[in-house]
Amino acid sequence: MLGTGLIQGLAVTAKNLVGSFHDPERYTTVEYPEVKPKLPENYRNFPFLVSETAEDPMGTLRCVACQICEKECPPQCIYIVKSKDKKLDASGKAQLYPATFAIDTSVCMSCQICVEVCPFDAIKMDQEFEIATTDRFHGLLLNREQLAKPNSYYHQIHPTEAAAVDALLVAARKAAEEKAKAAAAAKAAAAAKADVARVSRPVNPAAANTNTGQETRATPATSAPQPPAAPSAEAPKPPPPAA
Amino acid sequence: MSVVVVATSASEWTALRVVDSLALVATATDRFLECAPVMLRDAVTGLLPDPWRWIANGLFAIVAIFAVFGLLFAFLTLAERKILGRVQNRPGPNRAPTPTFPFAKFLGKIRTYGLAQPFADGVKALTKEDIVPDGADKVLHFLAPVALLAFATLTLVVIPFGRNLVALQLDAAVLYFFAAGAATELAVFMAGWASRNKYSLLAAMRALAQLISYELPLLLSWVPVVMIAGSLSTVAIVEAQAGWKFGFIPHWHVLTPWGFAGFVIFMVAALAESNRSPFDLPEAESELIAGHLTEYSGFKYAFFFMAEYFGMCALSGMAVTLFLGGWRAPLPFLEFIPSYAWFGAKLLALILGFMWIRATFPRLRIDQLTRFSWKFLVPLALINLGNTVVWALMSGGSPALALARWPVCAAIIVVPFVWLGRAQSASYAPRTYRYAA
Repeated sequence: MLGTGLIQGLAVTAKNLVGSFHDPERYTTVEYPEVKPKLPENYRNFPFLVSETAEDPMGTLRCVACQICEKECPPQCIYIVKSKDKKLDASGKAQLYPATFAIDTSVCMSCQICVEVCPFDAIKMDQEFEIATTDRFHGLLLNREQLAKPNSYYHQIHPTEAAAVDALLVAARKAAEEKAKAAAAAKAAAAAKADVARVSRPVNPAAANTNTGQETRATPATSAPQPPAAPSAEAPKPPPPAA
Repeated sequence: MSVVVVATSASEWTALRVVDSLALVATATDRFLECAPVMLRDAVTGLLPDPWRWIANGLFAIVAIFAVFGLLFAFLTLAERKILGRVQNRPGPNRAPTPTFPFAKFLGKIRTYGLAQPFADGVKALTKEDIVPDGADKVLHFLAPVALLAFATLTLVVIPFGRNLVALQLDAAVLYFFAAGAATELAVFMAGWASRNKYSLLAAMRALAQLISYELPLLLSWVPVVMIAGSLSTVAIVEAQAGWKFGFIPHWHVLTPWGFAGFVIFMVAALAESNRSPFDLPEAESELIAGHLTEYSGFKYAFFFMAEYFGMCALSGMAVTLFLGGWRAPLPFLEFIPSYAWFGAKLLALILGFMWIRATFPRLRIDQLTRFSWKFLVPLALINLGNTVVWALMSGGSPALALARWPVCAAIIVVPFVWLGRAQSASYAPRTYRYAA
């Protein structure tokens, strides 16, 4: 009969009208400034630098200032100055660190390429979206102190991804340690065997470590171009530190 | 509210119409709340010398109507947005701030849950730039919103808002109401023509087509009421609905077969007359930008909305007067609540119905709109007219005949409804696709 469909429609809207008062599940919006929206895990906007601890972010940055991201960045919004000295990283190895690390977020296009090429899992994508500023030039140019955020924060915003990264880092470090141990044992054996031969080539620990690190990860990083020249070639490349 | 009618004339109508309601009038009229508006009016205008009192009374009524319906308009816009929001599962506007003054800083901390929104909207509308297009007819462009609001307000004059609360008591009040109401469409056409904008003009043409289509069922739907009540005066029509059958069934026209059908037709036509969704074709934003409102901004734009709500209030008020017993209480023991409160409650209920419908139905196409009127509402309204005649003729005879008129009159209107409805929806079928599955 004419009109039954109309009454059905009216019933649907009435149900919504009443339901929205007692069933918060129905709400499609949040009252934003007071209630923050729950962002999807894969949401990303601008990169940040991962540090091991929250207490000393500058001292425990994972970044070793290798400048791969700076070179890969399509809009060239990253600016890095290497340190002159070295600092101990999480695994106790002496490493360079970025004396300056700046990202111009007015230029950044959130492509995530820096994250994909980083061999040290030192740069990740952030979810911070309240980035409005009254200073459009300096306010959007983020320095190293503003970019550094602890690993625990990374776990907060991307839990799945962060857990996978941590597992990979631990595995890589263990493999590197075992390889180093095996290499040391082999070296000792070779040294014992060929004691007479004074000129035996030593194993290059840097190359071995870098390779193991990249084989274990299933990210496009394997297809990323190798750094043309390792910065400060005299420093052996460390295994990436675990959290 | 507005008061011009003197108490003596009220008792005249009761004597004319229904004898048993006389006692009720006598007991209910002397309550303080019932008489408060009249007493307030008399207290204000009583200070003037006698020859000036009638014009002061008229001015008092005008001020009262503008004050009450202006505020009602302000909060109805908020209510509408809140209800639309709730229907769409969101809270609606809820953070209009309270103004902060240096001497009362604490005001800024009060949460008003959006109740300040109408005032924020008003300030915004007032401070916006008023743009008049170069090619526009300047005079008509200015006059259109003014005329629209004027005509919409004129219709409010003859509605009895409560016992003795009618600004102007006319013998042909219903006729006057619909004449003034039809003039609002003229103002819409003025707006569309004066804007010199093709969208506006198209909207204006649509508005006229809609007016002509829906004016007929609107007028035909209340003719039965006038036939039964025997008067075109709104006050007399309310009087005709006084009293209760068996002490609890009110004599409202909506509770008869012809009255119910008339009420439904009236409300559908009223939706179209007030340009409300789903009949808001003149301002169909997906087709015509904003229709006749395209070239309006600032407070002129607000005037159009004010007129729309005034028109909605007027048509709802007329529906209450004609079919829902006007200001009368639904049950005898509820008479202690003042009459204007009952009128307001019924008015708000109808307006909430308008909003509910707006939240539910999609807009009609122009051919669907006119076909629905000419092929469905007009024949149904005409049949309802004959139905009322049958009802009136059968009521004069024996009690058995009076009882038999209920099923007879119900059948007279329900059978054509089903039959015409089937013809209406005959062309509609589940959509079939030639290529897609």
